[in-house]
Amino acid sequence: MPAERILLIGVNHKSTPLAVREKIALTDGYKEPLRRLAEIPGCREYYLLSTCNRVEILLVVESVDYLEEALIDFLFGGSIPAEKCREYLYIYYDNEAVRHLFLVASSLDSMIIGEPQILGQLKEAYRHASAHHSTGPLLNRLLHKSFSVAKRVRSETGIGSSAVSISYAAVQLAKKIFGSLQDKKVLLVGAGEMAELAAEHLVGQGVGEVVVANRTLSRALDLAQKFNGVAVSLEELVLQLERVDILISSTGSSGIVLHKDQVKPVMRTRRNKPLFFIDIAVPRDLDPALNDVDNVFLYDIDDLTNVVELNKSERAREAVKAGRIVDEEVLKFLRWYRGMAVTPTIAALRKKVDDICRVELERTLPRLQDLSDNERRSVEKMTMAIASKILYAPLNFLKKDSCKHDTNVKADMVRTIFGLEEDDK
Amino acid sequence: MINEISYLLFQSVLGITFLACAAYIVFFITRKKEVRTIARWILIASGILQTAYLISRYVLTGYTPVTSLHEAVAFFAWASTWAYLSFRWRYTVKNFGTFVSLLIFILLVISASVSRKTAPLVPALQSRWLPVHAGVSLIAYGFLALAFCGGLMYLLQERELKSKRFGYFFSRLPSLEALDQLNSHCLTAGFLFLTFGIVTGIMWAHQAWGTYWQWDPKETWSLITWFIYLIQVHQRITVGWRGKRAAVMAIIGFCAVLFTLWGVTFLLGGVHSYAR
Repeated sequence: MPAERILLIGVNHKSTPLAVREKIALTDGYKEPLRRLAEIPGCREYYLLSTCNRVEILLVVESVDYLEEALIDFLFGGSIPAEKCREYLYIYYDNEAVRHLFLVASSLDSMIIGEPQILGQLKEAYRHASAHHSTGPLLNRLLHKSFSVAKRVRSETGIGSSAVSISYAAVQLAKKIFGSLQDKKVLLVGAGEMAELAAEHLVGQGVGEVVVANRTLSRALDLAQKFNGVAVSLEELVLQLERVDILISSTGSSGIVLHKDQVKPVMRTRRNKPLFFIDIAVPRDLDPALNDVDNVFLYDIDDLTNVVELNKSERAREAVKAGRIVDEEVLKFLRWYRGMAVTPTIAALRKKVDDICRVELERTLPRLQDLSDNERRSVEKMTMAIASKILYAPLNFLKKDSCKHDTNVKADMVRTIFGLEEDDK
Repeated sequence: MINEISYLLFQSVLGITFLACAAYIVFFITRKKEVRTIARWILIASGILQTAYLISRYVLTGYTPVTSLHEAVAFFAWASTWAYLSFRWRYTVKNFGTFVSLLIFILLVISASVSRKTAPLVPALQSRWLPVHAGVSLIAYGFLALAFCGGLMYLLQERELKSKRFGYFFSRLPSLEALDQLNSHCLTAGFLFLTFGIVTGIMWAHQAWGTYWQWDPKETWSLITWFIYLIQVHQRITVGWRGKRAAVMAIIGFCAVLFTLWGVTFLLGGVHSYAR
């Protein structure tokens, strides 16, 4: 095993309550946090994933001394006491880290197991990291592998079929409140991707009208057009409440957008018709006290977990299958990872060439019947000599201490050129 | 002869209703559609048998069987059964049958546990108004009983949705909207029958005693019950009372109904106290 280690550190919806996650959610994009990560000494390769349910850092590090503390400090930034941090986060090394990444990618660690958004978020995060040149041969390989694991899990199990993200849970709840969704109106506050997906689902279930309210009106217009709906400005929010039935909020705002006191009078004008609020923003957009109002039902992103629990048994079987796929892929990856070192690469290369020679000799020699034993040995010798001559340069390249290339890069290069990976499978 | 038939009819009503209730509970637990179909047919059979029993009782006593406690409660159960079945004809509310059949069965058990003796009708009750007044009132109670069941289900479901802890009932109970609709329909029907029952009572009182209203405890309590429901109907129409508040009111109203039916008879007496 190479000297460096793979390290994964993070928080997610299982380990950390929403209130804490709100504090560490990286709302200002990937650029700044990636730059700050680069300043931590000892990180050879790194990548950062931030979604509304999780913040995770995956690194290749040379040594682990002091690194955990530095990373914890990076994540929490002193917003909560240091001794509490460790309760909230998880730290995995090597195969555990690989396994966790694969689980996340294939949506087995998601709040709504099987939801497909996470893979897109992972790819997006990877794009940012590689634009920042923070990933190297190991992470590139690992992340690409995680995408293909996710694909394999999706195609070989039924995990994705029963639940599609937050919106599936939202539809399920809306049906328990409204019965039929026909001629119900939905208001999207904030025009993010999540809101769009949820709206798509609701429209698929027969929701009559979509209204979009957004800070920038042009984006609202675009989205509204997609659903044949109308766009309004955020200032009209309370006014719109009089006529919509479902509200999905996903703004990037740092404070509360809608307070209890604003909604209470609306209920009177609505003649108490039920209102269903879905808050998928982190940090939250809607006042948690809204749930206390009669005929108002408020669900934030954590509450939706409970809905997901309901579908658990149906999916448990598929999850076992998916877990097996992940385990398999982790083993495959680790085999590759161990092979990254120079010595195993040399051995593998030698073995491959020797095997080719042996097979070809076995095929050819029986056909050359009038060869004497001496001649036969000469042919064998010649074959081996050709092989050694061809191998000389690549082996030399691997063994030489070159400052131009990292040993990992060299091993990876040789393995790719000679197709050593395929033999592992 | 008719005595034995009547007795057998009641016993079979009790048995069949028990089966219907059990089948509905099995459906509630297993959620198998075939079980529900079976349960529904058993309940229809129970409804027919209950009708037959009331007829046999009529033949036996010579008057509409609503005067003794046993008869009144049996009639109440009958009204609830047919109110439910007529309702069911128009639209389905998921698992409503489980709650209603349980209530009907409880009513029948109460009715079975009190004296079934027949007695000649007291002179005061010998009137053509008897079947109209008592019958209509008990039919009203039947619909109000449905509203009560709906209210109970609403509160259960609402608690699951508000607390966000989804237990056993969440997937088994219908949507809040369906339950609220049910409340509205049953309340309207029940309230109309109740009003009609009180009006016929007033007319009968005028004919029998010469006064329209004499503040007999039962009359007072009927009026209180009527007002409770009046408030609900009024509030629903004017400001759109619905949901939890409507459900709670339906339950309170039904408690008043039960008190008017039994509480008054046992605790307060008066001209409406029939054979105990």
